[in-house]
Amino acid sequence: MQTATFGSLTKEVRVASVPAGTIYRGGQGMWTWVLHRITGVSVFFFLLVHVLDTALVRVSPEAYDLVIASYKTPIVNLLEVGLVGAVLYHALNGLRVILVDFWAKGPRYQRQMTWAIAAVWVVLMLPGTYFMLKHTVEAMFGSTS
Amino acid sequence: MSTTSRSGPVSIPAPRSGARNGQRSNFELYSWLFMRISGIVLIFLVLGHLLIMNVLDGGVQRINFAFVAGRWSSPFWQVWDLLMLWLAMIHGTNGMRTIINDYAERDQTRFWLKMLLYLAAGFTILLGTLVIFTFDPNIG
Repeated sequence: MQTATFGSLTKEVRVASVPAGTIYRGGQGMWTWVLHRITGVSVFFFLLVHVLDTALVRVSPEAYDLVIASYKTPIVNLLEVGLVGAVLYHALNGLRVILVDFWAKGPRYQRQMTWAIAAVWVVLMLPGTYFMLKHTVEAMFGSTS
Repeated sequence: MSTTSRSGPVSIPAPRSGARNGQRSNFELYSWLFMRISGIVLIFLVLGHLLIMNVLDGGVQRINFAFVAGRWSSPFWQVWDLLMLWLAMIHGTNGMRTIINDYAERDQTRFWLKMLLYLAAGFTILLGTLVIFTFDPNIG
């Protein structure tokens, strides 16, 4: 916010730099949109790579198994948790966008729906992360079971 | 809409006068609708895929050539993967098209970025489809 003093003009400057009448800019609506784009682009580029690595089943079982082995390493395993988190956010927020567009009361409840998808995301990611990382953690720090 | 220069003189056409001499199409409407319909279908296909491949029964650690061969011996998973490939690629390509239209300001940049996008998407869809239809479990 610009707070430079121009005598009586100070107030006008402040109004101009923070547009009144928009509830969108800087609000949760903007940030869910930004995150939707970032997760969408990330998943798209992974999809291109993933079709290529799966295509190796047409080369030989050895070539496919060799590349798939890299998916089982600790660092890539962690990246997979990020991928699943990105896809899950994109799916849940997409559902929220659809409800805002098509459900008569959608626009009124869009803020509550943001908190709802955040809660669902956390509830699903907790067990999801546990099962995705179980093997890696056991291999690195020894099995406890 | 997408070809409007941002640096030209500002003019607002009259409502419903038709952009570009009446050559209006409903393409963007259908694109908007497609994103929502394919999105709902993809929620089931992709989240199901991620659950099976990454979470259940040991997750990614159990995936190898034999695992893929076992799945693609069933037409159900072949259709699942084929539908997921096509819908996800078109959904993703359309999203990337929107983003290119939003951020690439020069007409030339926009054009070539989209050509590159369509080339990559076409290649990936074709390759994936061929792999599903020509998969040979006895290739080794």
